[in-house]
Order: sequence, then C-alpha cells, then structure tokens
Amino acid sequence: MSGATRPPEELVRLPGHAMATALHAREVSSRELTEAHLAVAERQNPALNAWLTLDRDGALAAADEADRRLAAAGSEAGAAGTAGAPGIGDLHPLFGLPVALKDLVSMAGGQCTAGSRILSGYVAPYDAHITERLRALGAVILGKTNMDEFAMGSSTEHSAFGPTANPWALGRVPGGSSGGSATAVAAYHAPFSIGTDTGGSIRQPAALTGIVGLKPTYGRVSRYGIVAFASSLDQIGPFGRDVRDAAALLHAVAGRDARDSTSAPIPVPDELLALPDDEKAAGSLRGKRLGLPREYFVAGMEPGVEARVREAVAALEAAGATVEEVSLPHTDYGLATYYIVAPAEASANLARYDGIRYGPRRGEGDTLGNYLRTRGEGFGAEVKRRIMLGTYALSAGYYDAYYLKAQKVRTLIKADFDTLFDAGFDALVAPTSPTVAFPFGARMADPVSMYLSDACTLPVNMAGLPGLSIPCGLSDGLPVGLQLIGPAWSELELFRLGRGYEAITADADWRRLEPAELVLADDPATPSPMERVAAGAAR
Amino acid sequence: MATLSRSEVEHVAHLARLGLTEAELGRLEGELNHILDQYAVLAQLDTEAIPPTAQTIELENILRDDTARPSLPVEAVLRNAPDSRDGFIVVPAILEGTGRSPG
Repeated sequence: MSGATRPPEELVRLPGHAMATALHAREVSSRELTEAHLAVAERQNPALNAWLTLDRDGALAAADEADRRLAAAGSEAGAAGTAGAPGIGDLHPLFGLPVALKDLVSMAGGQCTAGSRILSGYVAPYDAHITERLRALGAVILGKTNMDEFAMGSSTEHSAFGPTANPWALGRVPGGSSGGSATAVAAYHAPFSIGTDTGGSIRQPAALTGIVGLKPTYGRVSRYGIVAFASSLDQIGPFGRDVRDAAALLHAVAGRDARDSTSAPIPVPDELLALPDDEKAAGSLRGKRLGLPREYFVAGMEPGVEARVREAVAALEAAGATVEEVSLPHTDYGLATYYIVAPAEASANLARYDGIRYGPRRGEGDTLGNYLRTRGEGFGAEVKRRIMLGTYALSAGYYDAYYLKAQKVRTLIKADFDTLFDAGFDALVAPTSPTVAFPFGARMADPVSMYLSDACTLPVNMAGLPGLSIPCGLSDGLPVGLQLIGPAWSELELFRLGRGYEAITADADWRRLEPAELVLADDPATPSPMERVAAGAAR
Repeated sequence: MATLSRSEVEHVAHLARLGLTEAELGRLEGELNHILDQYAVLAQLDTEAIPPTAQTIELENILRDDTARPSLPVEAVLRNAPDSRDGFIVVPAILEGTGRSPG
C-alpha cells in the first residue's frame, strides 16, 4: 500500500505540508510518520530534554485511527470510481501528523506541570480547547514539552525539570519559556508544536532555534484549559519549521470558544491554508509598506544580529517593498511596564496554588503554615521573585505608583503602534531577540539581564498585537530571527509577508544548514543539559 | 523610587503566603531592589491625563443563557485533591484556636 519506504531520518525532515501530501496520497501512513518522530524524540531526549513526557501509546492509537479514516475515505472513493477521494480533500493539513504541546496545555488524563513542582502529580481532568480541536481534526499529539516554570523565563533554565538544550549548540539555551516546543520542532521531533507567549515566549525561542513562531493577536486563540500566567498578555501560538506549517497550526486552533470570554468572535481566514507559492509570494512583496522601528536597534544588540536583520530588510526592499525608518518612542519603557503588569497578574493567578484542591500539600496541619510551606517549597526562585514583585506592586500604598502607572504607560506603548498602523504601514520589521542563543548560566545570576532578552518582543504583548518570528540567517553559526509585527487580526498578512521573505531567500546557503549538534544529540554518551549545568557550576 | 527594606520583603512574602528561608529573603532583598531600580524610568513620563489600559481588544461583555449544563464528575475533580472524604475536600480546621495570628 505504501510506496517506496522512506527512512525515518528522511521522513521527519519533510515540511509538515509535504508530510500531509504524502499521507493523503497514501505514500506513507500516519503510523509510519508517528513512529519515525517518536524514534528520533526518544533517542535525542536525554541530550536535549525537550520533552517532559512522550505519550507513545496515545500517539500510536491516534495515528492508527487516522490511518483507519484514511483507508475508509480511500475505499469509498474507489467504490464511487472518482479520481479525487471525497473525504480526503476535506482533511485538515494537520490530520494524522505529529504535534507537541507545551506542558501547560491540559490533556485529559495526562500530566500538566507548567514546569513546576507545585503541580507534580496533578492529572488534568479535561482537555484544553486547543487539545479538543487538535484531536477533532485528527492530529497526533506526541507528548508535552519542557518550559520555564509557569512560563516565566527566556531560557527554559527555570524549569523544575532541568533546562532544554539548543540543537544548534548543546551548551546553549533554546530560549524560553517555550524552549521545549521550539527544540522539538527544530530537532525534527515533530513538525508542529504549541507554545504560549506572554512577553516573547514563542518568538524568542523560535529565533534562537532557527524556526518560525507566531504570537497571535490577543483573543485569537481560546485559553480554556491552559495554565494562566498573566491573563491580559498570555496568548497561545504555533511553531513550525516554515511559514506554511505555522499558519496551518494557527488555523487548527484559532477561533471563538464560549469557555474563554476573551476569545474574540473574529473569523479565522481559510486562506491560512493556501499561502502563495514562491513566485507569487515573492511578487506580493512589491508595494508593501514596512516600518523599521529605530528603538529596536539599540544597546545590547549583537552586531551579527543587527547585520542579519539589516540584510533581510535590504532583501525585502530589493523585492519591491518600501522600508521606512519609524519611531516607537515609548519602547524604552516597555521593560519596566511589563515587569510590573505581568508579575502583578501572575501574583493573583498563582494564588490558587495553595495545596488545598490539587498539587502536593505540605506543612504541619494549620492553614497558614500549610500555605507557607506548600508555596515556599513548591515554587522555584524565579516564580517567587515574580510573585513578590507583583504582590508588592499591588499592595496598599504602592498600587497607584506601580500598577496604575504601568497601565497608563501601557496605553502610550499601544498608541505608538496604533499611530504607525493608522498611517498605513502594513507591518513593522525588527529583530526578534537582541542576541543569539546564550550559554547555560549566562543570565541566571542577574534577573534583569534575563528580562532584557525580551526587550524586542514584550511591547507587542503590551499592545495585544500579532508578531511573527522567522529565521533570517546565522551569526557565529547560531540562528537569528526576524520579527514582523502587524495590526490586530493581521496574522494572514504577516504569514504572507513571511512567505514572501522565504521565497526571496529560498536559495540562501543558510537555509540548507541543519542544527549543528543534532549528531551529538543522537549519541547516548552526550551529557544531559542537567549534567552540563552542574559541570558549569562546578567550574 | 522606593527601596525595599528587609522587613518589607518579609511583609510582602507574608502577603503572598510564601514561606521563605533566611537565605531566600536576603537574596530577594537585593534582587527586588535591583528590579525596582528599573522601574524608575517610568517616573520620567507624565501620565496624569492618560487613561489606563487593562486589556487590548475591544470586546463587550456578552451574557450567555443561564442554562444547566453537565460539569465534570465529582470523582474526576477530587482525584487531584490531597485529601478528600465523602465528596468533600478535607482541609485543616480554621475555626479552632491554633495559637497563630491569621496575619
């Protein structure tokens, strides 16, 4: 039934949309695809620590079900004697294909740790909205990925279960907080993965691992069943190795859900599944008006990153886009504003972890003592810092000086973006991260240095806008990300621009390079990220 | 802007119901003050006439019909509770004297 059998190493390197084509043509089965990805993930996870759980049995059951549906659709087509199998044409591009979920997405009957010890032993009693959607369209969920605890961090080093390694350089971070999901896609463990982005937690790891990641407009994807961090900022989004795959995954999970009152009743365009081919995509760049915000090229930016981003801008101009330098004058206030608003909301959201209804309960039996020990022992250092900051910013006498002030500055930050989009810019072009992937430990001693990792991404969350990170080359052998920022609900336009950039750089040498240390990740003798960090600390 | 003293750090930890060690309190005093220093830039902005932004999408509240719908089975919900009995979650008694101030 299957045509020429392709080796697993080859299968997993196909783009997701090519896997779908092969699957629909019955050249490969969902089981073969799933087995191939599980094999790579299981072999490399000791060295990468991208996965907190791999659900081999559940994934294979979902794959077999997909294969049964395909066979039924195929035989109906045969009986009817028609060429195009009815049923197969209606399948979503994610049908039968592997997906990874960040371990803060609920899957009924499975763990959902959010990277924290305080949720160890917790079993999700229901599916998140996006889990339901993925199951309903026949996707194969492989497992749950590593993350900074409660999505607080930019390196995945704040996970209670050890850091994730970057497949480009195993001694370096993949970014965070969705570092496990980014590494899983970059290392070919899955063609698709889900992350969440509160201040850059999809875009920054996408940039640092050389893949595509989108933070959708606030309200685009229902957050029902997702562990909350900062509720006015959190948004779920897709990772893929190319723009088409990321767009297909957004299409799969986006849209109104009555169980999340912040999910918006805005139509999700089906054109997300029909992005233009190279020739058309390149042509569509002509006449686009792009802004280059000067505040995003400042202190701390690595010269190699700036060079790649400016080369990308030159390529877009050469393809007929006009790029004008613009100003987002309140950018420099973004960090302070974010680090008031996000911790304040987090301190309220995380009050629920008290050892009463779920999670471990510690203490000697009196209520206050139980709270203090359960929370003191259950949360890691970064989460405690943020809870402390947020509690302080909201406490009597400081509310106006910090939280209210930050909300007002948030208005100014949002107005900066509104002004440019009202003036007719199609999108803004900027670096995603001021640096390439940094070594383990480099930013752990100084929290502010870690916070600066997201200087170019967090204003976008403050304004609720969509931001797309796409790879734009390497600096010192490590990936650099280009960020495209658009007005609210402009995801389709951002993906089309991203396709355009892919098309005009399709022949670039760096596109042919794989993550440099995948071979090392295959070697069982390679130390785990935990061993690397311990060795670093011992030096 | 304000500087946090050690006793204020302890007070905030109590408000947040975080039981912290001496070492943690000491470290946090330094770290929190370092972070608060970053907030100082906000004082440069005159925001007197600026309205606050609490959310970024213009959605209005929509009321749904008040109809009964199935919810999760009690057993499924209680499976995660550290201690439960007869369909209830068991918690420490809060009405008897514990010899501790509630704060």
